[in-house]
Amino acid sequence: MATSDRNLRVWRGDAGGGEFHDYTVPVFEGMVVLDALHHIQATQAPDLAVRWNCKAGKCGSCSAEVNGRPCLTCMTAVESLPADNPVVVTPMRAFPVIRDLVTDVSWNYEKAKEVTPFTPGPKAADGTRRMLQEDIDRVQEFRKCIECFLCQDVCHVIRDHEENKPKFAGPRFFVLLASLEMHPLDTADRTEQIKQDAGIGFCNITKCCTEVCPEDIHITDNAIIPLKERIVDRYYDPVLWLWRKLTGKSSGS
Amino acid sequence: MAAGPYETHDYDVVVIGAGGAGLRAAIEAAGQGARTAIVCKSLLGKAHTVMAEGGIAAALGTVWAEDNWSMHFRDTMRGGKLINNPRMAEIFAREAPERVLELEEWGAVFDRTNEGLILQRDFGGHRYARLAHVGDRTGLELIRTLQYRLIYLNVDVFMECTVTRLLTDGGRVGGAFGYRRATGGLMVFRCPAVVLATGGFGKVWKYTSMSWESTGDGIALAVDGGAELIDAEMVQFHPTGMVWPPSARGILVTEGVRGDGGVLRNAEGKRFMFDHIPEFFRAETADTMEEAERWRTDKKNNRRPPELIPRDEVTRAIYAEVKAGRGSPHGGVFLDIATRRSAEDIKKRLPSMYHQFKNLAGLDITKEPMEVYPTCHYSMGGVRVDADTAASTLPGLYAAGEVAGGLHGANRLGGNSLSDLVVFGRRAGLYAAQYANAMTARPAADPIQVEDAARMLLAPFERSGNENPYDIQRALQECMQEHVGIYRDEAGLKKALDEIAVLKRRAQQVRVSGTTAYNPGYHLSRDLYSMLTVAEVVTRAALERKETRGGHSRADFPNVDPVWGKRNVIVKKVNGQFQLTNEPVPQMSTDLTPLLEEKR
Repeated sequence: MATSDRNLRVWRGDAGGGEFHDYTVPVFEGMVVLDALHHIQATQAPDLAVRWNCKAGKCGSCSAEVNGRPCLTCMTAVESLPADNPVVVTPMRAFPVIRDLVTDVSWNYEKAKEVTPFTPGPKAADGTRRMLQEDIDRVQEFRKCIECFLCQDVCHVIRDHEENKPKFAGPRFFVLLASLEMHPLDTADRTEQIKQDAGIGFCNITKCCTEVCPEDIHITDNAIIPLKERIVDRYYDPVLWLWRKLTGKSSGS
Repeated sequence: MAAGPYETHDYDVVVIGAGGAGLRAAIEAAGQGARTAIVCKSLLGKAHTVMAEGGIAAALGTVWAEDNWSMHFRDTMRGGKLINNPRMAEIFAREAPERVLELEEWGAVFDRTNEGLILQRDFGGHRYARLAHVGDRTGLELIRTLQYRLIYLNVDVFMECTVTRLLTDGGRVGGAFGYRRATGGLMVFRCPAVVLATGGFGKVWKYTSMSWESTGDGIALAVDGGAELIDAEMVQFHPTGMVWPPSARGILVTEGVRGDGGVLRNAEGKRFMFDHIPEFFRAETADTMEEAERWRTDKKNNRRPPELIPRDEVTRAIYAEVKAGRGSPHGGVFLDIATRRSAEDIKKRLPSMYHQFKNLAGLDITKEPMEVYPTCHYSMGGVRVDADTAASTLPGLYAAGEVAGGLHGANRLGGNSLSDLVVFGRRAGLYAAQYANAMTARPAADPIQVEDAARMLLAPFERSGNENPYDIQRALQECMQEHVGIYRDEAGLKKALDEIAVLKRRAQQVRVSGTTAYNPGYHLSRDLYSMLTVAEVVTRAALERKETRGGHSRADFPNVDPVWGKRNVIVKKVNGQFQLTNEPVPQMSTDLTPLLEEKR
């Protein structure tokens, strides 16, 4: 096995501040950034805080920023990074640091509770739930989400704007809302929620979230834009606006 | 370092672990009106269940109307080589369909048949296509569905908290002790009932498909608390893990590849499984390639391909092929789906496999065969439980999912794990809540036990020794891989016990630096305790069972022994020492017996 060394520059610290530490690790074939971090833990810094679980791109725990780009460290090959510079690893910037590369992502778990849960209608007459595959393909795309929160991290609405967090749900939860709104069995209406509580109007569709999604979910095109269109249909359609004016009813449908 | 103060909580039921079994247990306990908490080592939704790929087995009969619970029962028993607890297998097969439909009711979006019902796929050891699935990411669907059911209920979630000790009061559960990873803060849960849903212990081996959490904490908690374990020697080495590159070694390649038509070939290009059909499955396995192909569309008149016999058999076959010098360049065999299905079909049905090989190995599975070799995947054995209530032998302690033993016998069929989680997760939550709700005099959390648990947890900061916990972990994994792997023998097992004893002494010399806040070295020093416990228990049980059966292959006893075929190995801790006995497999009720006799 051909072996060479690579330098890693890892941010270490806590909520009070921190600094970069340099480490050198031997590289083996197929090595990913998380392997390099594990090597540092095992041989040089046993207290280097890293969050990880599956090391197979399925759990979304090991999110961080490598050379400034939000990514899963378990799916980022060291060989794919420029060899002439150290590999720079920093924690996700949009969330408060706990220690080293581990951030406090609890904001996401709080946001999740604000979403109206799945609300199925009555079963079919034969007691079954029937859905055609072509009607669930788009929902299944959204349900691939592994909650790595990289889309939240990269989203400029909250990345450097802590003040927007209370009134904005972020791409992850637009994906969740879309998965519920487009679920063939769901009967709840979340349009008001998407506009008001989730603040979808903040998003100006720069597609950064789509670019970093490790599951290749077309977050902007398939989730956010259709949800925005629903808001437009509900609140800004001139015919419906006139209908509401004349009848005093909140919805034209 | 001074122990305490302790963050203290009172609950009726505390569930440890938030994979499929833990989530389902907590949902049920809360539904019973019990004050419920769920404590998990990782963030919510990240537990090992998320890695399950192929599907959830249940006789829904949506693809093959002929399928029913009694056939699922039969396949499960035969797959487990008949040392399963038959009552557990019966409950499991009967209730699995209801639990899968419940997931759908809670928002799960399984792949569909042309009629719009839940689609089912073929898997090893199942006579009919029986696995409800979502491509090859079924575990993610399961955990997300349960997670988003749970968060709206009145259940307190303690993320990134680790339980290190069960507290007992007069021979029953009194609570649990642990710590909060982010701060290092110590925690005491006062509760009459605990549900263990801590999953497996694959991290004790070097090559495993399992995540970092799988260190067998539940096994250590249970056996230290006085509960019994069953058939700990039964460890599943899944036939198909990745072998190359080294960074990816052990990562799972779903059995769905073979379920969807993939075949195994050796270096000579031969479809070798036809040479390895065991007597036990000969009557139900195709012996020609023509019949195997016909079975895909006509299951009534043909027998299943040998690639789809249960996992333990396929693992032994791959081991034998490689040992005979017919392995692939990196010491595995070839798994070929590329010549069996269209590229489009492969990407649709096996999207995770496609991406996994593309990203990690630079290999396009729609064009080239994969290289695979067995990887440590699952523990059939575990905490001994009552079939109906999931109660362990320690009053107040319940166990469900992989940490529990008995259902799968000597070998688990693919797809049976996810349905196990929801069937027995629900039962554990239900009966734990009933137990707690019926309690009049609540047990106490013994302060002496709490102080002792705190001292033990914090000891690595104060020692004069200089052992690195990572070195001990690596040595243990290498020892278990070498001596307690796919094939075992007496000399190797004894050597393993000696090495484990040395490693236990070295673990007493582990010193950790830094603070208690989110310190992986500190955390590992506690995980080592669980891992060393598991290693010793599995090795001792493996020495005890002198035969080859299911996940336990003995090179020195290569045959199935009919006497051992009626025995379960029981482990209990008595005065700090593991005590091994063997007991008869629970009697099967007379109405179940004919179901096993029945041929195709």
